[in-house]
This record gives sequence, C-alpha cells and structure tokens, in this order.
Amino acid sequence: MLTFVSRRLVYAAITLLIVSMAVYAIFAILPFDPAALTCGQHCTPLVIRANRIKLGFDKPLWEQYWMFLHGIFAGRTYGVGSAAFHCPAPAFGYSFNDNMCVTELLQQKLPITLSVAIGALILWLIVGVGLGILAARFKGRWPDTASSVFVLFGTSLPVFVTGLFLLIWVSIKWKIIPISFLGYVSVFSDPIGFVKLFILPWITLAFAFAALYTRFTRASILETLGEDYIRTARAKGLSEKKVLRIHTFRAALAPIVTLASLDFAGLIGGAILTETIFNLPGIGQWTLRSVYEFNLPVVVCTTILAAGVVIIMNLIVDMLYAVLDPRVRI
Amino acid sequence: MTSLLEISNLRVSFPTDDGDVHAVDNLSLTLNAGETVAIVGESGSGKTVTSLSVMGLHNPRSTKLSGSIKIPDGDQVIDVVNDDAEKVRNMRGRVMSMIFQDPMSSLHPYFRIGKQLAEAYLVHNPGKKEEARKRTVEMLDLVGIPEPAKRAKDYPHQFSGGMRQRVMIAMALMNTPRVLIADEPTTALDVTVQAQILTLMQGIQKEFNMGILLITHDLGVVAAIADRVSVMYAGNIVEQGSADDIFYRPMAPYTVGLLNSVPKITYGEKQRLQSIAGQPPSLINLPSGCAFSPRCTYIENAPAGSCAATLPDLVGVSSSHVSRCHIPESDRPQVFSHVAGGK
Repeated sequence: MLTFVSRRLVYAAITLLIVSMAVYAIFAILPFDPAALTCGQHCTPLVIRANRIKLGFDKPLWEQYWMFLHGIFAGRTYGVGSAAFHCPAPAFGYSFNDNMCVTELLQQKLPITLSVAIGALILWLIVGVGLGILAARFKGRWPDTASSVFVLFGTSLPVFVTGLFLLIWVSIKWKIIPISFLGYVSVFSDPIGFVKLFILPWITLAFAFAALYTRFTRASILETLGEDYIRTARAKGLSEKKVLRIHTFRAALAPIVTLASLDFAGLIGGAILTETIFNLPGIGQWTLRSVYEFNLPVVVCTTILAAGVVIIMNLIVDMLYAVLDPRVRI
Repeated sequence: MTSLLEISNLRVSFPTDDGDVHAVDNLSLTLNAGETVAIVGESGSGKTVTSLSVMGLHNPRSTKLSGSIKIPDGDQVIDVVNDDAEKVRNMRGRVMSMIFQDPMSSLHPYFRIGKQLAEAYLVHNPGKKEEARKRTVEMLDLVGIPEPAKRAKDYPHQFSGGMRQRVMIAMALMNTPRVLIADEPTTALDVTVQAQILTLMQGIQKEFNMGILLITHDLGVVAAIADRVSVMYAGNIVEQGSADDIFYRPMAPYTVGLLNSVPKITYGEKQRLQSIAGQPPSLINLPSGCAFSPRCTYIENAPAGSCAATLPDLVGVSSSHVSRCHIPESDRPQVFSHVAGGK
C-alpha cells in the first residue's frame, strides 16, 4: 500500500510537470506580448520594458519555466530595491490584472468553489443514489416511474435553464431565498448565511448530476441483483431487505465512488456556468476571465490545480476500491 | 422410507410479450431420505426451473406457478408453491439447501468465506455468533478444506474452483438440511475434481441421511451417484425410473437419443459421434402432440399420426419405470435394440 501510494505520487508529480510545461508552451506559441498586458491604458514602451524585466519575460522560455518551478518551492521576488514585491511559497506568479500574488487570489477563490462543489456533491449523492435505490427496489412500480420523470427533466434541462429559473423565480419573484449581497461567508462563521448563499447553486448543479446518478444507481443495483451470489444469498433464506442491504449495495455502489470522485474533481476545475449565473467569484469564473486576458500565471495555476485534483481523486478512488473490493490488491 | 419432497403436477411458466414460456409442465416427483434423484435433460428442458421452484426462488412477479411442492418441516408440511412466502423463506437454507453450477460466481466476492458461511447459520439461529463460528470451521473441515480456521478468513478469489465448490457445499450444510438440491454441481469443474466433489456429496449424504435432487446433463455423473432418474424434455418428464432402468432398459426415444450421444472410447475403429438431430423446440410454441416427435427417429414405429396428435401419458408396465411414447411398450426393446447401454 505504501509503495503503491508513493509510486502514484511520483507519477502525479511527473504528470503535473508535463501539464504545466504544456500550458507554458501553448502561451509561448501565442502571438502576444505578456508584458504589454500588465499595464492597461497607461502603457508606454518604457513601462512595458520595465515590467518585462521585472516579471522575467525577457529571459528565455526554459529559464522562465525554471523560475516558475523554483518559485513554487521557494517563493519569488519580483524587481529589486524598494519597488520589489514578494510572493511567498508556494508562488504561482503575480497577476497584474488584480495586483496580487496568484496564490493569494487562489486562497480567495478556492473556498467558494469548494463550497459549491462539496455541497452539490453531497446533495446529488443523497438524491441521486436514494432515488436510484428506490427505483431499483420498486422496479416497474410508481417510485420507478416517478424517478424516471425526474431523470428526464434532470438530464434534459441544461444548467443555465435550471439556474436562471431558480434565480428569477425563487430568489427574485417569490423571494423565498433572497439574493445575498454580503459576499462569501464561511460555513464556520455564519452557517445560515452560508447555506443561503450556496443553496441555489447546489440545487442547480445537483439537479443535473442527481439525474445521472439515479439512472446509474438503478442500473447498477438491478445488474447486481442478477448476479449468482445474490441468488446464493436468497438461497440461504435471507430476507429481501438483507439481500439488498448487505449483499447488493456494496457491490452495486462501488462504481459510483469512481464516478462521483471524477465528477467532483471536474467541479473543482470550476463550475463556470453556475458560478456565472449566481455571480460567485470562484475558480471557474476566474479561469475564464484569465484566459480572455491572457493572464498566464493564473491559467497555469488553475490548470495545475484542476489536473492535480483529478490525479489525487483517482488515487483516492483506487485506495477506496481496495477497501471496498478485496479482489483489488494494491 | 419417508418422503422428503413431493412435487405434484408442477407447472411453471413465464409470461413474456411473445406469449407464455412453458418451462415446466405437469411434473411430479418424489424424493426420499438417503436417496439421490437425478433430473436429466438438455439445456432449456426445465431442470433448473424445477430446482429453483423447489427452493421458492422464482420472482413471483414474473412467474406463474401451479401444482404443489410439499416439504415436511418438523411436524408440519409446507407447500412451497402455495404457502406464504415468509414461511418458505424461513425454510430455505434450513430444510432445503442448494448448491449451484458455477462456484466462481456464486460466492460473494466482497466477503470472507467464513462470514458468508456464518451468515447462513445466523439467518436461522439469530444471535448465536460463537456457535456459527464453530460450525463454520466444522463444516469447512468436513468438506475437506485444509486448515479450516485459517481459510475461513480468506476471500473467495483465494480459492481454486474445486475448493470453492467445497465451500458452497459447506455453506449448504450449515443448518443440516434434509433436502440438498445440486444444480449441475460439477459442470464448471475439471474432471478429476468432479469425482472428488461427487464422492464428497455421497459421503455427506450418508452422514446426514439427506435426499439429493441432482440436476445435470452429464450422464456420467448420473451413472455415478443417482438412484432414480427423471429424464426431461421441453418441460415434461419423458421417462422416470431407476438408474439401471434408464441406462439398460430405456423406454423413451429421447432417452435413447441421449444415451447414444455419449461419446464412447472404442478400440481401433473410429466412430462418428451420434447426436439428436434438430433443435429443442421453442417453449412458447411447443409442437402439438409429443414435443419430441419432430426430432424422433422412431416415429414410423408408432401408430400413424398419433405422435403429432397427442402427448402420450407417462405410463409403464411397472409403476417404478414409466415413460411417454406412442410406440407399444412391447415393441420398444426391439426398436431400440441397437442402443449400446451400460454404465
């Protein structure tokens, strides 16, 4: 287990290196001058040149990349003398558009995205898996039919329709959950305000995902119920409830762990539509804006974050699987 | 001898969109203590459907059952077909147990076998964990698993095929059932392991005076351990008798065909493997009259037109050896005379 995890962590580091190189390479090929984008309307060639030197854009690409890597572990100081500014480790660079270190910005954006993703994940797992179990248990009867209506709506309504509907009717017209103008509040300091802020984004995201999970869970349980070992369990004289609870669920729900962790990893990369509709300044919005603005340090940072989360989630899934399924030896 | 299992006029059908599938039609059978009764037939003849009916394992929502399957339990007799499902569930694994064809997939891959065996005991003896544990080791030892206490902590994938089938047998024996249903218990195993499993089953049968209902298409297995045999074709029993009757004095053309299809090792000359021409019929649209008649090679020996008109009754000179055929019984030994019988 330990060798497995350490080997996988080495692979993860290599993958992240390659990902960051690729992003660097893509930006190097693009025909624009990153230094010119650092000073808005007051740009003079002099300022641009000064910024180019300050940010290291005058150096060859491999040296820039090396400085970037170095900065992650040791922090990075831009410029010299009294005009110098320092980004402490782990430094992913400096965003001129926000006049802040990227890491500092990330610390603001990540809690918002995490709150959206974790809340939505919990909601859709409860609703999706729950309805899936009901639908499989009462296959062909009314709970099954009702859940397939839910699935139909969930899979066919895009996030921007559900989100806008919730925003316009629930928030603005009916004022059930009024829009909060307070900005981000932590779950620890103001739990009620936190839920009020995030409940609609959660519902929006969870609605789409829960529908998929309902279908997946139903299919997985029905497939497992056809297995020979379920027949063996029944032949022992176990009640149908125990056959389901003890013998079916664990085998049927194992694949859902994989699905959920990958979907979750995808959301950390940013739920762009949901963040935009509810004006949540999370990773998704930030990445999108930075791509438009050719803000290289931010794009590199969010790309590495997204890739890193996928890799870490995969590792966690593999470890969880070994716990769930004894045939998987690691 | 007391009867442990009495199936009378069992009919099983599965409604589908294309019509009802008549899997078992009017089947009657008894099983006594200490006796092995084999049900023989090709795929789709209704053998497994019959065995699942005895266990009450058909989904009531997709299966139509009629007739009766009576199994004594203590001082009362339970009818698996007509009695309350909860009563039947309470008997499963305690009065009647089943071992399945494929030991690879019949054990739950996620649980240690000790837990799976103990569970079979605990269902019927709730709370007696210590006894369940002891009994698990005892049964694993009985079926010949070395170091049973240690092996109980292993998962199914850590056992070989033959060992897994032993585990399945141990699981079936956890509550010392009177009736053991073995659905092709050796089909998925190597020939050398087959013999070991059959010997094990015979030993256990003696020890517990169990009745074994053996479902198989392997006539070699039947010859090895069966006392009485029922041959099934398209949901009907076509011949029923002692193992000797079936092997040395077959009375139904289908039985003759089955016996002829067994490959024989002969010295010198090469022989073509004989087979029964044609395919088993669709169970939705059975041929009129005798279902075997379209494939029967002896049809001209029967009174003209009788085979296509009616299904012959299950009758015989002696009540212990009965068969369905329109050919007069006195003619049959001569008609079937080319059969190379013998165990």
